[in-house]
Amino acid sequence: MYEALLLQSETVAAWTALLPAILLALTGLVLLGIDTLWPEEPSNAMLAGVAAAGSLLSFAVTGWFLVAGTGQARTGGAIPLYGDALVVDGMSLFFTLIFTVVTAMVAVAAYDYLEEQSHRAEFYSLTLFAATGMAVMATANSLATVFISLELASLPSYALVAFLKTDRGSVEAGLKYFLIGAVSSAVLAFGISLVYAVTGSLVLGDVAGAIGNPEMAGVLGLGVLMILGGFAFKTASVPFHFWAPEAYEGAPAPISAFLSSASKAAGFAVAFRVFVEAFPLGAVPAGVDWVLAFQVLAVVTMTLGNFAAATQEKVKRMLAYSSIGHAGYALIGLAALTAGGPNGDVLGASMAHLLVYGFMNTGAFLFIALVEHWGVGRTFEDYNGLASTAPIAAVAMTVFMFSLAGLPPFGGFLSKYVLFYSAIEAGFWWLAAVGAVNSALSLFYYSRVVKAMWIETPAADFEIESRPVGLYAAVLFAGVGTLLLLPGFGPVIETAQTVAATLF
Amino acid sequence: MIIEALIAVTFLSALVVFVAPDAYAAKLAAALSVLPIVGSLRMWAAYDAAGNALLGGEIAFETDFVWLTVGGLDLHWFVGVDGISLPLVVLTTVLTTLAIVSAWTPISDRESQFYGLMLLMEANLLGVFTALDFFAWFVFWEAVLVPMYFLIGVWGGPNRRYAAIKFFVYTNIASLVMFIGFIALVFGLGDSVSSLRLPEIAQALRAGELAGFAGLDAATLKTVAFVAVFIGFAVKVPVAPLHTWLPDAHVEAPTPVSVLLAGVLLKMGTYALLRFNFTMMPDVATALVVPIAGIAVISVIYGALLALAQEDLKRIVAYSSVSSMGYVILGLVAYTTYGVGGATFQMIAHGLISGLMFMAVGVIYNTTHTRMVGDMSGIADRMPVTAGIFVAGAFGYMGLPLMAGFAGEFFIFKGSFASTVHSAMPLFTAAAMFGIVIVAGYLLFAMQRTLFGPFSFDGDYDVAEAPFHDVAPLAVLLLLTIVLGVAPDLFFGMIQEAVNPILTGGGL
Repeated sequence: MYEALLLQSETVAAWTALLPAILLALTGLVLLGIDTLWPEEPSNAMLAGVAAAGSLLSFAVTGWFLVAGTGQARTGGAIPLYGDALVVDGMSLFFTLIFTVVTAMVAVAAYDYLEEQSHRAEFYSLTLFAATGMAVMATANSLATVFISLELASLPSYALVAFLKTDRGSVEAGLKYFLIGAVSSAVLAFGISLVYAVTGSLVLGDVAGAIGNPEMAGVLGLGVLMILGGFAFKTASVPFHFWAPEAYEGAPAPISAFLSSASKAAGFAVAFRVFVEAFPLGAVPAGVDWVLAFQVLAVVTMTLGNFAAATQEKVKRMLAYSSIGHAGYALIGLAALTAGGPNGDVLGASMAHLLVYGFMNTGAFLFIALVEHWGVGRTFEDYNGLASTAPIAAVAMTVFMFSLAGLPPFGGFLSKYVLFYSAIEAGFWWLAAVGAVNSALSLFYYSRVVKAMWIETPAADFEIESRPVGLYAAVLFAGVGTLLLLPGFGPVIETAQTVAATLF
Repeated sequence: MIIEALIAVTFLSALVVFVAPDAYAAKLAAALSVLPIVGSLRMWAAYDAAGNALLGGEIAFETDFVWLTVGGLDLHWFVGVDGISLPLVVLTTVLTTLAIVSAWTPISDRESQFYGLMLLMEANLLGVFTALDFFAWFVFWEAVLVPMYFLIGVWGGPNRRYAAIKFFVYTNIASLVMFIGFIALVFGLGDSVSSLRLPEIAQALRAGELAGFAGLDAATLKTVAFVAVFIGFAVKVPVAPLHTWLPDAHVEAPTPVSVLLAGVLLKMGTYALLRFNFTMMPDVATALVVPIAGIAVISVIYGALLALAQEDLKRIVAYSSVSSMGYVILGLVAYTTYGVGGATFQMIAHGLISGLMFMAVGVIYNTTHTRMVGDMSGIADRMPVTAGIFVAGAFGYMGLPLMAGFAGEFFIFKGSFASTVHSAMPLFTAAAMFGIVIVAGYLLFAMQRTLFGPFSFDGDYDVAEAPFHDVAPLAVLLLLTIVLGVAPDLFFGMIQEAVNPILTGGGL
């Protein structure tokens, strides 16, 4: 497949820009190869090691590209590939950084989680294929590649959610996720075809050049709205969020982490590029006000997500709803755009928030995986007194909770601050105010977990029989990342805002 | 770099203690907490700056570099001290060590975590009093909440969950209100500031460079922001009627935590009021002098009356803080050297004396396991040293001359009588002075019923003198109270130098 695509690329150097995605795909294939060579249950350690090493290698390459300036303005600008179907630029690399680091954490954590399961090789390779899809999503520059890469990311995810074949919740979640995903794919495809009907093109830049036709504004508006619906599904935004709590709760916890962090970020990566590149604010005809749609979406999503999270009795469901709330914050990146405003700052702030979110949210779900591994129950009460048996992990979880709530000593505070600040700077102080109030309210349900772990006394004696190395390593890695992103936020936000600014 | 060293050493000590085994944690924490004392006293001895850090004065031990840039505004790592913050830094380091020692008897559960959190709180408090960039300051300001939440919630009394959550939610929402108010000011200033450094913002606001924002004109924006920021800090102080979290938090918190809560955390509120409201927006403060002075007087009288009505010794001391902090607000709004300087001095004095009182109540509680006034009488017979220090501390609270409380209150009253910001200020002062009578009333009443008279005690515990390590911190605090009362100039000189620019416009 790659050879065929290679023939079209003009220089040998150009396709190497896709190295992060290629590495992920190759790792997935290697995992399948291992499974073929040792058909009777290959070693779990080897599989997890290969998966983690592959994603970390991809992470390192992405980081190297980002630092070296691949596809950025200072080295000649974005690299278009395959007739503009894909484009590698700073933004795609920034998002790939999120996907790869989350994939690595999930792979390491899955080592312990899968100890008792069969079909482990499939699990790892599906995860890596989904990550490949996400990495391609971030580079998709044509509505066709957008659709294909989105499906490449989604199809393995459906299977992964239903991975626990004997668990009714997991299978049910997978089925729901698949059905809603199929519907929203259809909606997205129909929206794309409407946009194609108006503009006669699928490449984002050409679409932007052809949308000024006011006669077809109604059809275009419908198409844009349907595309928005497709992305709202992928990012678990209201009103296409119903699958998320079910899928996150039923899925194996590492997959919940994967979906709510990486997959969501991938949805945003596509949404950012498509709406900014294909439907630029200055060019869209009157009546196609997608910024207004995103404003409504952002406010409703963050408010509904937060209030629903506050009423949950199960920790994993609470996290699922709270991740809907965080989708609302990230949507500010598209909701606070104006023609000629500081759009790069706003979009960059959203991207930086998604990066911090990748650490703290993955960490939180992986902590739940750890707790599931120990056989502790799912409700807040079941978490009572966990800190006295597992203090280090509880400290990490406390860091995640307070960081998600936006309390200062952690990365989440700074990313939210910059996000809201940028929104005010763009003139959307009311959007920032809604976000800030929501963020303050979220402290209520996040601190419930902390309270249960540290302050409540355990209901019954329970001993931790094992200290899973992989899960611990992944949780601690995420915790340290969340902490270090406060003092080290400078380069992150500067990179994010610089690469976002080149889109406008 | 001595300030960074101070914060870093405290923070590292917290980490070390957190992972140390319980058996050593208490002694280790006490030993490590001596390091910041040495550092802060060295700072105090070497202090040679002058003026107000926000209004063009020199800044001692300053560090300033850009941390990150957001939307054209630089966020700095900017720390330093002046005559207002240095005394509070010294108070924080000294009181933390004494609180740690006073925790040896009552804390017997999960000790390494307890002492680790105490030191973590100290590190954050030092940050609050030394940070001169709004962003860095706000990080520390909010970070104080986290260890406090655990300290009350894990080691507190029977109702600790409620108290911890109430404290957390109350003060966090207050911070949000304050944050929004302050950020509105920054946006109103627009291009006239290029960073969130407090001196830059203070000088721009004083120079009248505020423009309107979000549909509000400059004057309205300033007033609205002032009120938002004031409310945010008033909850922390706390002033009536925003004080209801305080008695709950105090009563549930273990003694050493109460000591830090009353001794240092409440000062965060008044310190921030001084730095933000009264330094940056004196015009609005002067225009709102009647409501602010009214709130101050109500806090003084109402807090004292509430204390008078309590049966629980700890509640009495807790409500008396509401009353004492009212004096501080009165001194601030007076806008005279003695008023504002006295308020700053009173922060230190109240930190020492309320710490002393909480510790004394704690020592009595460790022995008797009750704090109810009705359950005991004649405690002085069995615990003469503790009772003696309790009485001395109470006299300090009432304002006995040659003790720190007297100096603070005297400066405040002198300053607020002479105040010219409003013709009714002498009236407010006279009303507030009436609070002294009530203070004397509830303290004498409480002591007479618990400490004196024939010994009787409803309980099965053997009432005897407390061990040395319980009484020693009390004695140190009493000594410091007397030293500061006899020689207020140890701090008052540098305070005055830092306060004067606030009143005169400070070299603008």
